[in-house]
Amino acid sequence: MAAPVQNIISARNVDLTFQTADGPIHALKGVDLAIGKGEFVSFIGPSGCGKTTFLRCIAALETPTGGTLTVNGMSPDEARRARAYGYVFQAAGLYPWRTIGGNIRLPLEIMGYDKAEQADRVARVLELVDLAGFEKKYPWQLSGGMQQRASIARALAFDADILLMDEPFGALDEIVRDHLNEQLLALWARTEKTIGFVTHSIPEAVYLSTKIVVMSPRPGRITDIIESPLPKERPLDIRDTPEFIAVAHRVREGLRAGHQDA
Amino acid sequence: MRNLGPVLTVVAVILVIWYVAAVGLNAAWARDQAARAGTELGFSELVGQTLSQSRPKLPAPHQVAAEIWQSTWVEETQGRRGLIKSGSLSQRSLVYHAWLTLSATMVGFAIGTGAGVLLAVGIVYNRAMDKSVMPWAIASQTIPILAIAPMIIVVLNSIGISGLLPKAIISAYLSFFPVVVGMVKGLRSPDAMQLDLLRTYSAGPAQAFWKLRLPASMPYFFASLKVGVAASLVGAIVGELPVQQGGLGARLLAGSYYGQTAQIWAALFAAAALAAVLVGIVGAVQKRTLTRMGMAR
Repeated sequence: MAAPVQNIISARNVDLTFQTADGPIHALKGVDLAIGKGEFVSFIGPSGCGKTTFLRCIAALETPTGGTLTVNGMSPDEARRARAYGYVFQAAGLYPWRTIGGNIRLPLEIMGYDKAEQADRVARVLELVDLAGFEKKYPWQLSGGMQQRASIARALAFDADILLMDEPFGALDEIVRDHLNEQLLALWARTEKTIGFVTHSIPEAVYLSTKIVVMSPRPGRITDIIESPLPKERPLDIRDTPEFIAVAHRVREGLRAGHQDA
Repeated sequence: MRNLGPVLTVVAVILVIWYVAAVGLNAAWARDQAARAGTELGFSELVGQTLSQSRPKLPAPHQVAAEIWQSTWVEETQGRRGLIKSGSLSQRSLVYHAWLTLSATMVGFAIGTGAGVLLAVGIVYNRAMDKSVMPWAIASQTIPILAIAPMIIVVLNSIGISGLLPKAIISAYLSFFPVVVGMVKGLRSPDAMQLDLLRTYSAGPAQAFWKLRLPASMPYFFASLKVGVAASLVGAIVGELPVQQGGLGARLLAGSYYGQTAQIWAALFAAAALAAVLVGIVGAVQKRTLTRMGMAR
């Protein structure tokens, strides 16, 4: 194996060019990144910077046109077939015709778990996202925040080591978002997953991450990678500490720099 | 039943217009008769006569109602060939003809729905079918059904198929189209994110069909079934016109041959009632299914 085991995700000089009617679009250019086991990595940047595209490349939903990208030492496609990751989209995307339990069972049914195992796992992940007792409810009976938690439970149900999240809380209001961020950190501490998290909120990125990847558009590229000095234990009021503000400042500087030379 | 008032108002308005029209349309014949007899008609006599002719141009509502009553309840309970006396439906009763039409409609509806769903699945999953089938399906609906129905019957008859099946096929010919259009739209209704989600699970096309596309298409499916079942009925009636072996269509045509306008109108109302009942049944199944699926609006 080329990639070292402790690097869960490793990108070397990754390019992705979309051919469109208006000519080629460089969605990603020369992306180099290593994500270690158990890290919480946020991707932040303005729209069009390729943060979602890079996440989709890791998930093998897009294929890079250049460079090498490995997930768990495999190609993204192989990693997907090996159920390496769970993916949480911007919208919860729960099936309206399935209950919450039924929605979480969906990947388990597709992957061929037996009935007892399915029930077991559904109960376990519902408890993990604090939705125990909602198994028989339909999605429309839940609030937006609860729906998104159910979709996280769905991504956790089959024990993937990696959790990829594409602006999962983007559509929710600030208070719900704070609450979910806190819960997400607790969940991360309990499950020790490796998390890739796309956001456009600086406080969210700084609060959650051990590593913040700042990106800028045209062409989509990484402008700064910040290893967070914040402790793993993070109460919400950590956001008022000088360390937090310093990191947030550096992220903002990185975003501004990317904007100027664009 | 909040809309009962408006519905009754509309019915009342229609009845008034109908009576006025009946008097107007039948007046000429009444005056003609009076002139031959050398008498003069007063207004009330004129109205009375126009509403009680045996072969009016436009039968009055009460005449149609009486005809419906006579050819259903009275015929079956008191008629020599009725259900009570002979043990089987009378060939002179609307119930018998409606049943013939209904059975052809149901078979045609089943064939049409099945064919429509299969074609839709083909169109969604097969690129060649996507490019080729839809224009033909649309072209098939631009041909007047009255023109093609006799040919279908003649062709099928020449290979020994007659009776219910030719009617059912004409009925299916009309009803498959809304199902194709609705199901193609329904099977394609899941958005890119939903499809991406299944890709992250490495789900195959069959799993995507059963777990996502088919359930997602149900609201579209029922909407097209409502159109389809009404079209099926029209198809069955048209299929009965050239054959004259019973059914509401045959009844309509026979009525027009013999100037039995009340019989025509009675058959028309029977067809309309049948259509309303069929659409109502589909609607009830729709409501029940979508509620159970958690998709009712």
